Amino acid sequence: MTLSIRPTALVGATPLPSEAAAIRFEAVSKTFAARGRGAAAVRALSGIDLAVPSGSVLGVIGRSGAGKSTLIRLVNGLDRPTSGRVVVDGTEVSSLDERGLRDVRRRVGMVFQHFNLLSSRTAYDNVALPLEIAGLGRDEIRRRVDPLLDLVGLADKRGRYPVELSGGQKQRVGIARALATRPTVLLSDEATSALDPETTRSILDLLASINRDLGLTILLITHEMSVIRAVAREVAVIEDGRIVEHGDVFDVFTRPRHPTTRSFLSTETGHALPPYLRERLRPEPVPGGAVALRILFRGPHATDPILSELSRELGLDLNILSGSVDEIAGRPFGTLVVSLPNEPATLDAALAFLAARALDTEVIGHVA
Amino acid sequence: MSPEILRLVLDATLDTLWMVAVAASLATLLGLPLGIFLATSGRGELFAAPALNRVLGFLVNATRSTPFIILVVAIIPFTRLLVGTSIGTKAAIVPLTIAAMPFIARLVEGSIREVDQGLVEAARAMGASPLQIVAKVLVPEALPAIVLSLTLAIVSLLGFSAMVGAVGGGGLGDLGIRYGYQRFMPDVMAVVVVVLIVLVQLVQSTGDHLSRRLNKRLRHG
Repeated sequence: MTLSIRPTALVGATPLPSEAAAIRFEAVSKTFAARGRGAAAVRALSGIDLAVPSGSVLGVIGRSGAGKSTLIRLVNGLDRPTSGRVVVDGTEVSSLDERGLRDVRRRVGMVFQHFNLLSSRTAYDNVALPLEIAGLGRDEIRRRVDPLLDLVGLADKRGRYPVELSGGQKQRVGIARALATRPTVLLSDEATSALDPETTRSILDLLASINRDLGLTILLITHEMSVIRAVAREVAVIEDGRIVEHGDVFDVFTRPRHPTTRSFLSTETGHALPPYLRERLRPEPVPGGAVALRILFRGPHATDPILSELSRELGLDLNILSGSVDEIAGRPFGTLVVSLPNEPATLDAALAFLAARALDTEVIGHVA
Repeated sequence: MSPEILRLVLDATLDTLWMVAVAASLATLLGLPLGIFLATSGRGELFAAPALNRVLGFLVNATRSTPFIILVVAIIPFTRLLVGTSIGTKAAIVPLTIAAMPFIARLVEGSIREVDQGLVEAARAMGASPLQIVAKVLVPEALPAIVLSLTLAIVSLLGFSAMVGAVGGGGLGDLGIRYGYQRFMPDVMAVVVVVLIVLVQLVQSTGDHLSRRLNKRLRHG
């Protein structure tokens, strides 16, 4: 990693308080005018308030059509809000004209789902494009592009055309290109959605290291929780143009509140029930059966021997149905599904015992 | 065939090449920007000017729907104004250019419209101005298709240039009509046709080759 690619705007500028937001949406709404006769106007975003702290990685997750693409396009002015303000690095983007926006866009890099590389340019020339647009000389361009190709691990592919590169390599060129103008903010529009899982992993690692080593603020949108989990520090869940849940990744992953968040998490570790268990689970009590209880171990308690204490203190026979211990945002997170006798007194005592240890519990059904 | 006739064929070929080269160059010079403008001036596009776009579109269609031979006759006053005469190779260049320009414009428009809008968006996100987007993204990306379009236009011009022979335009068409047809010299007619076929083949294969060379979407092994 070379120091020369540290974003200049962070150096020498007035020091920002660490809590300062790099991107701020204030009461932002966006309505697309009706197209053609009989068509209705489409409300893409309503009343969005969201701040991306400087140097952070915020992931916005939503289904297609939820408004996440519109949201990210407001940051560099590819779209304009119908009402509200979008502030990037202290500049109110939403009030700028096209000329003013060009200046902001050089401080905001963007990575695309389909890479959007010019087929007529080599890897090197694609990375050079934003610098040519900014009017830099050949030597200065070379001084910037070479280290960037190094950074993304493509120094040996500099003369290759996009058609000769794999999807992952193309996205690496896309990332190097987005970094060329030394932006302070990086926007990632479904950057890994067209890639296979292994390549996705390596691209996400690259984004994480860019955030860590260059201090870039990253706003990424995705429809996959695994992407959020791999790089984001904060997550916002968007549905029907509204942010329905927003918080620290660990908190949202371990205590999802909104149904949409839960459904996004349903395939993630700790939230998905194994099929053999799902088949056995009944909503009503089964005669002579047991209650299935899910216990979430968050943070410091994730590795405590709570089950054996529970069993000893209450004289309970616990049966473990499924379980996992995992790490989310660098903190341990465990899930256990246990069954215990279906007696109200026992159940209440067990729930009280677990609540006293700040563990989240949920009765998920009954098993025979 | 006598050396005199061969001499005539050679001169006529050079005349044709000259007419087509000048007309193609002028038509490209005018048609290329016109085509780019047509492709970028619709509603919500880079140089949004929907009204002007419709007017130019109409003019292009009007010119293209006029049969070439009628166009040649119809613009004789304009030709005379421009080059001082309405007969000969120099005069033929005017209608050839005017016929080829809208043709080229439409073909270029199509080529530009084929460029992935994602690239335009990426360039906008980099802070590119509309002119930079045209110069650095649209034209380079559309270049292989533009080269094929120009090839097609040159081939059409070769055909048109033979037609101006009928109205005293000079070149191979003129030779074919005056010697081959009016003086009953089928061998001259045959030579004219063969030369035209060879020219078309040469132009087409050069264009194909150039377009392939420029097309970086293809893998070159």
